[in-house]
Amino acid sequence: MPQADSKGSNWLKVVWSHLRKDLRIEWRSREAINSMLFFALLVVVLFSIAFDPTADTSREIAGGVLCVATLFASVSALNQAWAREIRHQVLDALRMTPSSGAALFLAKVLANFFFVSIVQLVLGPIFFIFFNLHPLGDVWLLILVIPLGTWALVANGTFFAALSIRSRNRELLLPLILFPIFLPALLAMVLSVKTILTGDDSDPNLLWIKVLGGYDIIFTTVCLLLFDTVLQAE
Amino acid sequence: MKKLLFVLAVLVTLPLMGWGFYQAMYAAPTEATMGEIQRVFYYHVPNAMLSYLFFSINFVASLLYLAWRRSQPARALAADAWALAGAEVGVVFCTVVLVTGPIWAKPVWGIWWTWDARITTTLVLWLIYVSYLLVRRFAEGAQMHTLAAVLSVFGAVDMPINYLANRIWRTQHPSPVFFGGEDSGLESHMLAAFGWNVLAWGVWGLLVLAIRVTVERRQQEIDGAEAAAALAGD
Repeated sequence: MPQADSKGSNWLKVVWSHLRKDLRIEWRSREAINSMLFFALLVVVLFSIAFDPTADTSREIAGGVLCVATLFASVSALNQAWAREIRHQVLDALRMTPSSGAALFLAKVLANFFFVSIVQLVLGPIFFIFFNLHPLGDVWLLILVIPLGTWALVANGTFFAALSIRSRNRELLLPLILFPIFLPALLAMVLSVKTILTGDDSDPNLLWIKVLGGYDIIFTTVCLLLFDTVLQAE
Repeated sequence: MKKLLFVLAVLVTLPLMGWGFYQAMYAAPTEATMGEIQRVFYYHVPNAMLSYLFFSINFVASLLYLAWRRSQPARALAADAWALAGAEVGVVFCTVVLVTGPIWAKPVWGIWWTWDARITTTLVLWLIYVSYLLVRRFAEGAQMHTLAAVLSVFGAVDMPINYLANRIWRTQHPSPVFFGGEDSGLESHMLAAFGWNVLAWGVWGLLVLAIRVTVERRQQEIDGAEAAAALAGD
């Protein structure tokens, strides 16, 4: 099927050009990464000071603190990702192009995923130092859990940022919608990170990681299917 | 005609709820291990089941809105009124579930609340529909209906997770009483009390739903008339 083939590659081309544009803007301004990084760092410092954890408790709570820090930090960046498109009516122009909204959405998610991952890569070592972490479980599983959780956050976050950008109190609305929807993924992520750091055998079948993977598949699919509706809402 | 129907419905609903109360509090036998506090069950479970019903009404109406919003705008508006009413009544029922649960849990478990899968997903369900109602407040115009309908799909995704939670995971929340395998089921007098309460609360909920839909339809008429007047330049 040569026609379907060219359609598929066209779609990927649209994704790539959106992605390249977002990466270039970020490379020139470094707005999102810098603000996220500083914000997440502040949250980690606040938590360490507020709870003053010992080595044992820090293993218990570290996963949660890392997740919540990225969650708070990414909310501001996600709002910016779409607010940028509103200036000069770029979003309206995008709505009028014949390309699919799902491609635009996927590109935005990939770009934001990249930014948040960089923030986590920088934050990770600092985190280990501040909390004096000595992980007792399979550390390599973190390479699986953290991206899965970040994807859940970024996919839903990008979707609901596009949704809430069209309301009156746009900055306020995003966390109000995103947090409840993200809660199951947060729970799965925190529990798997905790299992990895403490090395207990409470989850031998890696059930929570599977839950996280399932959550990612279901919610990303729903987001991709419904994004055109949100983009074209009038 | 509508008024007569309303009076008739109230005349049926009130005695039915009284009868349900009598069945739950006096007619049903006292449970062997938990004692009188088990009677909370006759409110907790019917309300939980009915909250699924009203959230499903919200979901179906939202899908109909999305399907009709361009081809049949008048019908779509009617569907939107049903979606709003379904979400509002569903949140009320879900609130009853979240309030009666701890009342039962305190004497039986010794704690008001625990973060197991069933209870957490119920809270998430409640939070998502509250955020749905918030979106309806914050967004404006016709796009609000579309954005709210999209959010409703995400709420509907949480419903099966909530239903299956104490079937997949071993939760502190009691395992299912109905459709839960060999040991599930109820003694016949208890089943009668349970059935009457499902019926009474169901009729009450549908009555409130119908009133809410009527009120919302009138509001839509007023809004439409105001918009037409503004266009005419009065």
